[in-house]
Amino acid sequence: MQGDKQKLKNIIEALLFVSDKPLSLEHIREVVEVEKSEIKSLIEELRQEYLSNHCFRLREVAGGYQMVTDPEYAQWLRKLFRGGRKEKLSRPALETLAIIAYKQPVTKPEIEHIRGVDADGVVRTLLERGLIRIAGRKNVLGRPILYATTKKFLEYFGLNSLNDLPPLDELVKMEETDGNPQDTGEN
Amino acid sequence: MNDYQVKLRSFEGPLDLLLYLIKKNEVDIYDIPIAEIARQYLEYLELMRELNLDIAGEFLVMAATLLYIKSKMILPQEEINLEEEIPEEDPRRGLVQRLLEYKKFKEVAQLLKEREEEGSVVFKRFIPEGERSLEFEEEIQGFEASIFDLISAFTKVMKSIPKEEFKVVLEEEYSVEEKIDFILSLLDRKGVIYFSSIWKRIKNRMEAVVFFLALLELIRLKKIIIRQIGLFGEIKIFRPLPVAVHAGR
Repeated sequence: MQGDKQKLKNIIEALLFVSDKPLSLEHIREVVEVEKSEIKSLIEELRQEYLSNHCFRLREVAGGYQMVTDPEYAQWLRKLFRGGRKEKLSRPALETLAIIAYKQPVTKPEIEHIRGVDADGVVRTLLERGLIRIAGRKNVLGRPILYATTKKFLEYFGLNSLNDLPPLDELVKMEETDGNPQDTGEN
Repeated sequence: MNDYQVKLRSFEGPLDLLLYLIKKNEVDIYDIPIAEIARQYLEYLELMRELNLDIAGEFLVMAATLLYIKSKMILPQEEINLEEEIPEEDPRRGLVQRLLEYKKFKEVAQLLKEREEEGSVVFKRFIPEGERSLEFEEEIQGFEASIFDLISAFTKVMKSIPKEEFKVVLEEEYSVEEKIDFILSLLDRKGVIYFSSIWKRIKNRMEAVVFFLALLELIRLKKIIIRQIGLFGEIKIFRPLPVAVHAGR
């Protein structure tokens, strides 16, 4: 019995090892055909094992599990790739993503209204990088295209789901308390 | 001068510039001294003009808005108030709300930036493009194409087929039924058909027309779904059930 369990754990580890995308419990279940709860506890065991003297970490991201390296080894890995990582996102790109993340599905004019500038180029770049997707068309005049964030967006920012982002109302409170402590809401 | 130029470049738009001015002057965002802020705003625009930087139209629209608000605030309000009892709405309110909303998203953007930074120290498996890799399950890219997208794609194809030089009396070689069978069997085998790839098999305009009719008929019967990637992108044809996408059965 013990051997079976070890084997199952190895299989799951192998799946996680070769996958280039986070694997959902459902996806793993389809392959190994065991109860999700059992898979989950084996993944938990793996996670613990990695924490003790291992170069890997198991992270929960974009609704799945992913094997990544411990940040401690970043400097050598960067050297291996000669620093070649994808270009960081620009400020307009980050702002646009922020708006899409909270307002999705959202049209380009709606994004432009919030940022007060044209969003054409930014939206195209984000589509190309796979961080947003076209989610259909809005049923208003002109049927403008609707945009939404992708799983790759979650993965890129290390989020498990959109709920990991702070609620917008909280951000307002934050800004009211630390930004202007004296007499905000009064006039 | 030079040090202005550096700052000017970093403004993403009129709202960004306004937030900067509000911060720089340390004024309350709920009680913006419009006359002063408008003056500084226009000064910046003037500077941008002198430095030959392109001033986007949005900056000018905002300048007009600021001046409008300023004029409304200068106008005496008391007389109106006496008659109506209801206090006039602060003319700055709309602008303040936009600024506050934009500010929230700037904060989220900052948060995302930090997370991006954190993410840059963990490495994951990388599979070069074109190699076998996993797809994110839920996301079928593209959206349902409208009949007009389809017609414009069809027109493109028709233009690419040369006009016949001389008249030939054609027998009815092609039937809609036959094309329907063909499309459905192709879909069963391949899962997805690219609109552009079908046309490579087509010999003349008559066949193209029959093919198009078959497609329309299948859409009407809801036997197929047409999706387009991007605004002028490739059109793909699917079976309505996502099962067909994973052909591995």
